[in-house]
Amino acid sequence: MTLDVLQMVLVTIVAAATPLMIAALGELVVERSGVLNLGVEGMMVLGAATGFAVAVETGSTLAGAVAGAGAGLALSALFGILTVVLAANQIASGLAMTILGLGLSGLVGASYVGMKRESAPHLAIPGLTDLPGIGRLFFGQDAFVYAGFALVAGIAWFLWRTRAGLALRAIGDDHTSTHALGLKVRKVRFLAVLFGGACAGLAGAYLSLAYTPFWAPAMTAGRGWIALALVVFASWRPLRVMAGAMLFGGATVLQLHAQAAGLGLPGQALSALPYLATILALVLLSLGRRQGGSVAPASLGRVFTPFR
Amino acid sequence: MRIDLSPRTNRSPLMDGLAPILAFVVAVAIGGIVVAAMGRSPAAAFVTYFVTPLSEVWSLQEVALKAAPLALIAIGLAFCFRANVWNIGAEGQFVVGGLFGGWIAVATHGAEGNTLWVLPLMLAVGTLAGIAYALIPALLKVWLGVSEILTSLMLVYVAELLLDYMARGPLRDPAGYNFPQSVTFDDAARLPYLMEGDTLHAGVLIALAAVIVAAIVLARTLFGFEVRVVGASPRAARFAGFSDVRLTLAVFAVSGGAAGLAGIAEVAGKIGQLQPSISPGYGFTAIIVAFLGRLSPVGILVAALVIALTTIGGEGAQIDLKLPLDLTRAFQGLLLALVLGADALSRYRVRFVPGTAT
Amino acid sequence: MGMIKGVAVAVALALGLGAAQAQEKLAGKLKVGFIYVGPVADFGYSFQHDQSRKALLAAMPDKVETSFLENVPEADSERSIESLARSGHQLIFTTSFGFMEPTLKVAKKFPKVKFEHATGYKRSANVSTYSARFYEGRYICGEIAGRLSKTGTVGYIASFPIPEVVSGINAFMLGAQSVNPNIKLKIVWVNTWFDPGKEAEAAKALLAQGADILSQHTDSAAPLQEAEKQGKFAFGQSSDQMRFAPKAQLTSIVDDWDGYVIGEAKAVLDGTWKSHDTWGGIKEGMVVLAPFANMPDDVKAKAEASKKAIADGTLHPFKGPVLKQDGSVAVKEGETAPDPMILGMNWYVKGIDDKLPN
Repeated sequence: MTLDVLQMVLVTIVAAATPLMIAALGELVVERSGVLNLGVEGMMVLGAATGFAVAVETGSTLAGAVAGAGAGLALSALFGILTVVLAANQIASGLAMTILGLGLSGLVGASYVGMKRESAPHLAIPGLTDLPGIGRLFFGQDAFVYAGFALVAGIAWFLWRTRAGLALRAIGDDHTSTHALGLKVRKVRFLAVLFGGACAGLAGAYLSLAYTPFWAPAMTAGRGWIALALVVFASWRPLRVMAGAMLFGGATVLQLHAQAAGLGLPGQALSALPYLATILALVLLSLGRRQGGSVAPASLGRVFTPFR
Repeated sequence: MRIDLSPRTNRSPLMDGLAPILAFVVAVAIGGIVVAAMGRSPAAAFVTYFVTPLSEVWSLQEVALKAAPLALIAIGLAFCFRANVWNIGAEGQFVVGGLFGGWIAVATHGAEGNTLWVLPLMLAVGTLAGIAYALIPALLKVWLGVSEILTSLMLVYVAELLLDYMARGPLRDPAGYNFPQSVTFDDAARLPYLMEGDTLHAGVLIALAAVIVAAIVLARTLFGFEVRVVGASPRAARFAGFSDVRLTLAVFAVSGGAAGLAGIAEVAGKIGQLQPSISPGYGFTAIIVAFLGRLSPVGILVAALVIALTTIGGEGAQIDLKLPLDLTRAFQGLLLALVLGADALSRYRVRFVPGTAT
Repeated sequence: MGMIKGVAVAVALALGLGAAQAQEKLAGKLKVGFIYVGPVADFGYSFQHDQSRKALLAAMPDKVETSFLENVPEADSERSIESLARSGHQLIFTTSFGFMEPTLKVAKKFPKVKFEHATGYKRSANVSTYSARFYEGRYICGEIAGRLSKTGTVGYIASFPIPEVVSGINAFMLGAQSVNPNIKLKIVWVNTWFDPGKEAEAAKALLAQGADILSQHTDSAAPLQEAEKQGKFAFGQSSDQMRFAPKAQLTSIVDDWDGYVIGEAKAVLDGTWKSHDTWGGIKEGMVVLAPFANMPDDVKAKAEASKKAIADGTLHPFKGPVLKQDGSVAVKEGETAPDPMILGMNWYVKGIDDKLPN
């Protein structure tokens, strides 16, 4: 394998990992605040449809990306009203959002089927992008990819270096005590849910604007669910989400490369790998801290109502 | 401004009953506006969605047929959710039940002599497979404290891929031109039809029986009492000497068994062979059904029928009114969201209080 | 017991009523129904079937009415087919292999309704089957690829190892070998019919491994777009996907069901419809190659000549000698592969350096 082929493989892996990473980072913040959003797939696919539609109408990829994030955010606002404000069950509400998102995306996208756009432009810095072996990998990606990495850094900084981030994590771990301490549990959770929805929408927009620049129904093909697995696999840590996304994206890409190189592997077993790996990671994590119980945010998925 | 929720101290049954109906009315109103905006008659759409499927014997059977797996799975899940145990992998347990139960049918295909034992064995194996598969996340939870929400969800995909592999590989019909499906089951491996027209099969009776048994168990047995106490007050349950571990395993087994039974009933009833995919998402829809039915057996039965009705009505709308399938899906999602919201409103008193948010 | 009987009588009445209604309808327009496995917006397989529905409407606007149900899960399709039959549709196209058993079952209940099942192999008095000889188009694509490839390596994105896909790969390879005996074919199985992201990843993998021309047996335009992005070439699938890749698409194997669907509707209207099996190719106009593009004129001319030769029968893609991978003779010199062999193909021809999954 030459250096350039290796670079191609790595570029492909990074591109395949980006939508998983962006959606999972959003969900990470949501889950850190103690809310489980199973509507990621629906928000993602709605972001893909809306992003593409707006990009076609305005001719602007940026406008499309913003609209995609906005669509995810809008759907997550509904989710937030249900689960955070009205204390409805998070699991059922999340699944309802997935059904709603899939339906709405079909309606939004209906008139854009069969249309094509140029994919989002890639960075091109004379001298740097052409560097053999590493140029395209580091200096030749599109804006979504860089945004994904910026999100990793931003979220890591926010959660561990700011008071607000500390508050968010504390709320996710124990909403009753933090509420007693005067933290605004529901406000923080609602904002976290909105952020997660926007990230899911942006990840969807990446698919329809950059990765495979067209709209097709259900084009997310289950990536929202993989993102959910990824958050767990990464034990709710942003850097590990990044690594996990590379691993999950990389497994698929490498499998395809292995096939192209004539090394066959059974497809179903490989497709099952991310999920099995996630379960294994959960088990290992629990074994690692046998005494401390689960590493999941302790209030994850639990309804909170400020009773008095 | 902040919004305050306080639990209603004296929940009125009227309010409880009215809330979902109100949500339904709002969803229909929004749906009607959308339909009108698409240039179709909202009245005709309403009739097609909610009246026509109820006006013919055949479509009534289809509604029952569609509702049966949803109700059966949701009944099992109700035990889990009431005990604050979160099995969201019913889809996987359903698939595994169908796969292993169906395996018996494939293995006994063409068997001579007395084959009366085949169907009972299939149902038993399907149920046991569902139980066994559900016990994976349950055991991981009680042994290692691993979140059952996440493991049970992950195992759904593993089950689906396993079925996909089996139907395309080892269990494929050797005379079927390599197409990915098993042999069609012998009659001995099929659930009998209940009525003329070969639509309604005995799976519906299984679901109905499950509803009745669950209602009795929840209301009248110590196990049911335990489930309710643990759900309502874990501390009290511990004082009463109920074992968390045993209960977790038990409710997972109940829900896994119900889902597995639903899976094999679907395969032995409607489908009649193994295919790469045997479920249009029943296991996930059943979670919503369980909550729409407020985790009560009768409520679940009603919720399952409503969901089935909108699916079948949606098909009618595609045929008669040329309304897109996506509209039906969006409507279903909206309806579910509104019912869940309205339910919360009937449980809590909502007050808008000036001041800062909580 | 009495109640069951009563219900049974009601069912019988409903069945009778349904039949009476259906006959009444014949006096008016012929209602033609379609069941699609995917969304009509997939711009591939289901889309192409829906084009034929539109063509039928355009051809006989005052004689036919049409309806369709999209995204019908195969395991849950019986009801969808039956609801079309019950709502007075006299001719029903079930357009995916997985609808085979449900189609036969519903057809038994509605002996007067004509059914058309695509790509299956079981027929009955009122169920016809039809499919297209896609391998003919793939042979020509192989020839073009063999002539144009500079690297001598061609990539193939395959979905599932069913005979239709395998025979397509073989025909493609035989076509390529006929002009370049040393051509290499790299095959990637993606285990899906439709996942734009994964298809794009497969395309990238193949291009990175030295392929400069891509062929696909999956439904999205993603591989074409990837080829376009990298300045390479590719063949489209199911529909003419030129608009997605104006600089990369060499041609596309278009499923053209228009003529067949219109012909069958006419036969029903004339009362001449009979159950039959149709396997049409280039000659019958079922397999159409999108205009040859992005290639030199002489390659174009040769492709046109091959098209003509296949249409008039002088060229057969599986003309002997055809050797299997291990060198054993599959088709003897001077013979052509019989249809059953092509329909059940589960082996690769010599020269393909890959192991067939399962």
